[in-house]
Amino acid sequence: MITIVIILFVLFAMLKVMPIEGYFSNFDKLSQAAIDRGLRELGVRDPLYVQVGRFVKNLFQGDLGISHRYMENKPIKDIIAPKVMVSLRFGVISMLVSLPLGMILGVIMALNKGGIFDKLGNAYIVVIQAVPNAIYFLLIQVYGAQLLHCSMLWREGQAITMILPILSLALPSISSYGMWLRRYMVDETNKDYIKLARAKGVPNATIWFRHVFRNSVVPMVQLIPGSLLMTISGSIYVESLYSIPGMGGLLVDVIKRQDNSMVHALTLIFAVLGILGLLLGDIAMTLVDPRISFSKKGGSR
Amino acid sequence: MAHTVQDAMAKKLEEGINGSASAQFSDKDDLTPEEIAALPPDDFVLVPYNEEEAERGGYSNYSYWGSTIRMFFKNKVAVAMLAIMGTMLLFTVIQPYLPNQYDPYTCNLITKEMIDEGLVPEKSIVGMPIKNLKPNRVFWFGTNANGQDLWAQIWQGSRNSLIIGFATALIEAVVGIAAGLLWGYVRWLDPIFTEIYNVLNNIPSTIILILVSYVLSPSMGSVIIALSITGWIGMARFIRTQVLIIRDRDYNLASRCLGTPTGRVVVKNLLPQMVSVIMLRMALAIPGGIGSEAFLAYIGLGLPLQTPSLGNLANNGRKLMSTPALRYQLLIPSAFLAVITICFYLVGNAFADAADPRNHV
Repeated sequence: MITIVIILFVLFAMLKVMPIEGYFSNFDKLSQAAIDRGLRELGVRDPLYVQVGRFVKNLFQGDLGISHRYMENKPIKDIIAPKVMVSLRFGVISMLVSLPLGMILGVIMALNKGGIFDKLGNAYIVVIQAVPNAIYFLLIQVYGAQLLHCSMLWREGQAITMILPILSLALPSISSYGMWLRRYMVDETNKDYIKLARAKGVPNATIWFRHVFRNSVVPMVQLIPGSLLMTISGSIYVESLYSIPGMGGLLVDVIKRQDNSMVHALTLIFAVLGILGLLLGDIAMTLVDPRISFSKKGGSR
Repeated sequence: MAHTVQDAMAKKLEEGINGSASAQFSDKDDLTPEEIAALPPDDFVLVPYNEEEAERGGYSNYSYWGSTIRMFFKNKVAVAMLAIMGTMLLFTVIQPYLPNQYDPYTCNLITKEMIDEGLVPEKSIVGMPIKNLKPNRVFWFGTNANGQDLWAQIWQGSRNSLIIGFATALIEAVVGIAAGLLWGYVRWLDPIFTEIYNVLNNIPSTIILILVSYVLSPSMGSVIIALSITGWIGMARFIRTQVLIIRDRDYNLASRCLGTPTGRVVVKNLLPQMVSVIMLRMALAIPGGIGSEAFLAYIGLGLPLQTPSLGNLANNGRKLMSTPALRYQLLIPSAFLAVITICFYLVGNAFADAADPRNHV
């Protein structure tokens, strides 16, 4: 909570530095009096605590504010709501694709450690992690559209145009899920209790799926709520490449246009989502693994 | 009574010690010159290094960097990547001094000879810029929409991108390591730094980038500063986690108990433990910086358009990608970007593995 207040203060302080020309579309033609009046209406001349206080007060009344320049005098809630739905749809579908695929990749690589599948998977992970997203997203768009004989841009209601954006969103997450699951599984197999289980003669399949896999998934579970929430913010590359009317790029857009109230609202939303994601991740982890507990018990130091 | 008995015992003990000591050393204390001359001279000759004997004496010729380099060269893929990387780095430096290179900034104009040689279409007008010429034997990578030689532009762009990558990695490392050490080691600073991290992590970096580009005019310097401002905190957090892991190990506790000053504990006990992870982060920060530069170019906050960088060039190519004939302007910079980042990534990973003493045999 305190963190969010500090974030708001820093944000408002930074926006004060923005050039005042940016707040008006016809700055050159305005008289000094009109500029003063406009700035007073926007409230950017007020001291910091007044600005933050006003924003928080409106927030508790469920009012995110009104857009000034992005869409004039439209409530921000109404601008964001449909965009969130679009981004959420793409994000959730791509997660539904990437999570199982990433897990399968990780399991195969761990089972085949040092073998050909491990090496191929590693090559894929290296390429995806090292090459900037923009580059392979572009190539997927250009050549994927040719291959599928469909339009390069997304069209509402045409399922085939959703394939490429989903693929672009899923590729990086598959590689990171696969990489981490492999790492955790390999670490888990080196532990003593696994050696004991082997010595005892527990069947290999049981060791892998009842012990190694289940224990390695715990740290992955922590990431899932966060990445699910973060899909709301959308992907700036994918959404602008396929002209999807989502949240990605909205922040960059409103910062450039100096629509301060939009910047405030979006920053707040993203900060809350980030913090909420961490919190939910911890809760999810305690649900999956009863050994983990964040509440202080008598026995702990 | 008791007093005298004790005294007597002490005297007896003293005599015993002195007696045995003098018995041991009396005849060996000083050699006479004759005795010295009689010693065999072979005992005083430098012996060549003998591994078996050295092991018996507990001596090891283990050197940290020697083992690191040996381990690194065992990884054939990484060595190949290092070779490619080295060649590219060398070439970005010497390319402008090679003969027959075009200047990356001049707009090349169509000359009579070019039409005669069939380089450009018949109907071209002499004196016009050579626009979007496909790769050929004069312009190896073709020309762009301004008639600039793409080959020269690519190398100039690689140079700029690499400078940005190296500079951001260096600044991030220096600032991030210093902050991370303080964050992890000084307990009362921990909540303050954690709060700074939470705030910085949640303020959209785009705002910081835009503010920096307002305050400073867009240039290499401003891009480097903008990327460093947003990047150091990640490095600091990483170092902090590492410090927390090894801060309270027994040898550090012992060091503190013996009165070692904090600065010395940090520099001599903590930093050497983290060489491999720091090298890994730095090696990954270079392709990261190059990638972030490409992102800035994409959202229009990067270098000014006339300054070529791999991000800028790829972004220019993107605008032309709907024309299949002009896709070389996207593919060539993309390929360069991919090769450079993959090389750094693999070499960095391999080096970090080699620098970890646990992997040394």
